[in-house]
Amino acid sequence: MTRIVTIIITPTAPMLEYDFMRTAFAASGIAALLSGAVGFFLVLRGQTFAGHALSHVGFTGATGAVLFGISPLAGLVGFTLVAGIGMGLFGEKLAARDVAVGMMLSLALGLGLLFLHFYTSAATQAAALLFGNVLGVDSSALLTLAVLACVGFVALAVIIRPLIFASLESELAEARGVPVRLVSVAFLAIVAVAVSECAQIVGVLLVFTLMVGPAAAAQNLSNRLLGGVALAAGLALAQAWGGLTLAYYTDWPTSFWITALSGLVYLASLVVRLRAR
Amino acid sequence: MGALSFHNVTIRLGGRNVLSAASFEVEEGEFIGMLGANGAGKTTLMRAALGLIPVVSGSIAVLGQPATRGNPQIGYMPQNRGAIAGLRLTCWDVVASAAIGGRFGLVRLDKATRREIDWALDEVGALGFARRSIGELSGGERQRVLLSQALIGRPRLILLDEPLISLDPAHQKSVVETARGICDDLKIAIVFSAHELNPLVNAIDRVLYLGGGEAVIGAVDDVVNGPVLSRLYGAPIEVVRVRNRFFVMAGDVDVERDAHRHDHHHAHGAHA
Repeated sequence: MTRIVTIIITPTAPMLEYDFMRTAFAASGIAALLSGAVGFFLVLRGQTFAGHALSHVGFTGATGAVLFGISPLAGLVGFTLVAGIGMGLFGEKLAARDVAVGMMLSLALGLGLLFLHFYTSAATQAAALLFGNVLGVDSSALLTLAVLACVGFVALAVIIRPLIFASLESELAEARGVPVRLVSVAFLAIVAVAVSECAQIVGVLLVFTLMVGPAAAAQNLSNRLLGGVALAAGLALAQAWGGLTLAYYTDWPTSFWITALSGLVYLASLVVRLRAR
Repeated sequence: MGALSFHNVTIRLGGRNVLSAASFEVEEGEFIGMLGANGAGKTTLMRAALGLIPVVSGSIAVLGQPATRGNPQIGYMPQNRGAIAGLRLTCWDVVASAAIGGRFGLVRLDKATRREIDWALDEVGALGFARRSIGELSGGERQRVLLSQALIGRPRLILLDEPLISLDPAHQKSVVETARGICDDLKIAIVFSAHELNPLVNAIDRVLYLGGGEAVIGAVDDVVNGPVLSRLYGAPIEVVRVRNRFFVMAGDVDVERDAHRHDHHHAHGAHA
């Protein structure tokens, strides 16, 4: 395992011999665990669309940051956080929420496009943002991802009980004195962190694949709460690592393999659920 | 000291007085059927007692204390909007999430809480299907599970908002009997709102009728009659009684039945 080996990449060599592969495994593992767990609540609350929109806002943040010479990850996290908190504060009525979220989504992508237009040499940057570039994660980005994931997990642990209660029966939770609005805002802030992590791995357009796919499959497979959260995180991890491994041996894009596995797992979960009836 | 007392309470919502100087008192351990047309303020009254809606004037007391949000003395079952009916979670997990849902941090379900959840489910006759998904249950079974949540914390007053909505007569009967059983066993006062008096008439101690900003409480015969209801509805009302069934008629329309059917359509529309 020397420096030279990392340059001559042959699919026959064990993939963990390479630094970039080890980093990729660590980064995708961290992001997948957080995305899977957070995604479980996103699906439970019927807010998957909000998660999707947040990722698009992240695209604007990242391209804007590049334009102004800031790190794209900082722009991504900052913008999604602000948007997530804003969504939690304003988007109360469900009917109005869909339209508002949809408007924000297209506006965000449009702005991102404008930023890219001004930043001329951004074609590869754009592709990496939209479809992910897990093999390009360096060690400093990995550290940022790890710290953010820790923050996300701690915050989730703090609000998990009120979050579950408010998600299942918000009126009853409100009557019992649970600060429903605060919990909702805090949750969307956590979603923003998870979306940013996820976008680093599979790109802003494909965050559904790690956030919604495993969570939806877990809810088909399990009728328990905490077990379901753990299953969603585990499935996301398996998909991310499986995708990386397949990408290594086929040389096809990692994001493609992760989406393929996500789709496959979801289909299988549907079959299991229907047969269980 | 009553379980729930309203003293000259006025509540304004959307520019309209839902209650104007309404007064009544629910005694401890009493089973009250709350009736009134759509928009008469049944849900509003409950939310005010829970401290979720401010009063313009007057005062509300729950067991002698002013109404405040998160009062552990009150158990509550909001009107079921069907969201929970689509879930695959087990009944036990749903009840547990309500039991410890008010606490922040990684709270483990301790033995005492687990026992409390089992006790509450048992009290409504739902322990037998507690491990099944709530989405697989019949409407009546589901309402009983949701009712068990109101028992957690051993409140002295339970507010049930339209628990009979979208249930067929057999399931309506099981829910009413379950509520009556709770009232008798645990000596908890219950306010049970409904569109129709008939499913409740044999179970309740007294009736609380809302209409035109007024609230009238009393024995069924003293409240559900032409003169009182005509005043509450602000229109000539005739009450026809056949054995122990009541038909509240405005002209030749049965107002209670009509209101119920109306709501039924809404419930189905929401699912579509």
